[in-house]
Amino acid sequence: MLTFVARRIATIVPTLVFVSMLIFGLQQLLPGDPAKVLAGEEQDPAVIAHLRATMHLDKPLPIRYLYWMRGVLHGDLGESQRSQQPVTTLIAEKLPVTLELACLAIIIALAIGIPAGVVAAVKRGSAWDYGASVFALWGLSTPNFWLGIMLILLFSVTLGWLPASGYVSPFENLRENLAAMIMPAFVLGNAIAAVLMRHTRSAMLQVLSQEYVRTARAKGVSERAVILQHALRNALIPIITLGALEFGTLLSGAVLTEQVFTIPGFGKLIVDAVFNRDYAVVQGVVLVTATAYIVLNFAADVAYAFVNPRIRLR
Amino acid sequence: MTGAAADRLVAETGVPGLAGVPAPVALTGRTHWLKRLLRRPAAVVALVVIAGFVVTAVFAPWIAPQDPLAASFSEVRKPPSAAHWFGTDEIGRDIASRVVFGARASLLAGVVSVLISLAIGVPAGLLAGYAGGAIDMLLSRLTDALLACPFLILAIALSAFLGPSLTNAMIAIGISATPAFVRLARGTTLAVKAEDFVLAARAIGNAPWRIALRHVLPNIVPPLLVQATLAIAAAVIAEASLSFLGLGQQPPQPSWGSMLNTAKDYLDNAPWMALWPGLSIFLLVLSFNLVGDGLRDALDPREA
Repeated sequence: MLTFVARRIATIVPTLVFVSMLIFGLQQLLPGDPAKVLAGEEQDPAVIAHLRATMHLDKPLPIRYLYWMRGVLHGDLGESQRSQQPVTTLIAEKLPVTLELACLAIIIALAIGIPAGVVAAVKRGSAWDYGASVFALWGLSTPNFWLGIMLILLFSVTLGWLPASGYVSPFENLRENLAAMIMPAFVLGNAIAAVLMRHTRSAMLQVLSQEYVRTARAKGVSERAVILQHALRNALIPIITLGALEFGTLLSGAVLTEQVFTIPGFGKLIVDAVFNRDYAVVQGVVLVTATAYIVLNFAADVAYAFVNPRIRLR
Repeated sequence: MTGAAADRLVAETGVPGLAGVPAPVALTGRTHWLKRLLRRPAAVVALVVIAGFVVTAVFAPWIAPQDPLAASFSEVRKPPSAAHWFGTDEIGRDIASRVVFGARASLLAGVVSVLISLAIGVPAGLLAGYAGGAIDMLLSRLTDALLACPFLILAIALSAFLGPSLTNAMIAIGISATPAFVRLARGTTLAVKAEDFVLAARAIGNAPWRIALRHVLPNIVPPLLVQATLAIAAAVIAEASLSFLGLGQQPPQPSWGSMLNTAKDYLDNAPWMALWPGLSIFLLVLSFNLVGDGLRDALDPREA
């Protein structure tokens, strides 16, 4: 097990280095000289020279990367050009909002995806199975921002049941917070429910054909217990680890969902930063999401190896 | 590639329905798989829908009832009528005409960005899988790094740095979708490389590049075809998403995503503005997903 963890860490480190190089490289795509942009209209050569020196623009690219990397490793992702706040502060401020949205979305996705997948597998070939695959296709083909707009049209504009926007902190008023979060969480959870349903269905089908399931049935265990205790418990292992990898979909989806429902989270942060040409913030957000994804991926792999010893030997 | 690895690929790339990508099948199966595909009603209907969108996009100037850019201030936000089937938008433009012209941006982005992914991803994957060693190591880590950035967030970041335009959005989507193709091409190349006929080709003294191009490449085409079809679906959604955020097709040129972005502000008094562009995206994406699913089943040797 330790060898397995060590081997996985050995592949993570170069991946992280590449990620940081890619993100650092993004700013090279920008046209023009950042020092000249920052120097304002006067374009005073002394100011430009000073800016070039403080931003290390006079150094070659690899050296600039190392300067940048040193900052990153010390928790310094630069400063927002617009609000003059450290990027880390901005991220720490917005992250909890998105995390709440993501958690609610995952709960909804699990609540829809797993039962639907189990039913589809158990009643394979039936109308239930067919219905579940139609649901999965629908979930995967609906742009989530459009679904959000349609839900606002139905529940906010027509019925007037839920607010179309207006985020309230859960510590302020939990009821209003949930009222504002339920639609976006459903929009975000919907697509992931479709993926989870597909995974659950195939994992269940695989488990249900195993001999121990036949044995359990043969010794007279009720069908309900066979499905829930014998089959689902084993099928859940790949489902959970695969589910962890939906993190990327979740964050990508959050960007659009937050935009539709005007939720002041991580996604809104990156979109606003893009339009304000606040590149340090864009870089910071991408770096944080990528790192989180790699760490989560690693945790999922370790968890998978922990419960399934055969993986460790590969 | 094992089933679990394929599943992981879906999860990591966010490209739906990749689970169970078929093992490479022999080239001789070509007529068979096309026939098998056409035996699936859902796939046939989807192909017809896609063909309909292609015709609409190509002949847009003849099909659109009006000029998609012509504003009319006496016709602002009018509900659907005989004169304007889908109604008019916030400055009195005909929505039906804009939806028709919007098909161009969506299809173009879907196809061009996947071509970009294929052009970079397939040679890289083939090289990594066939050459192995340090090259494989380097390319695989690079792919891991790209895969670690969520698809849409990477596309947003890239189009932010490149500048907002439809062309840059296509480049951004293409690059963001590339790692999935590198992985798939590499994985299938590794599987094909172990086959006896490759060994035989090597034994009679073929050059490595010749074996890679003449013997391995044709055999990794089927799974790539499935992946490419599903990737078009993902790219259409991605283009709509970027345009929705204002990073794709720039106004006043019509795009379904940017039409939805405007529509969002008029839900109270012009809900029809939000209906048609969204429905078009849904229909087009659903069709590509259905064709992709159908192709996967038709190319699966176990189904033969």
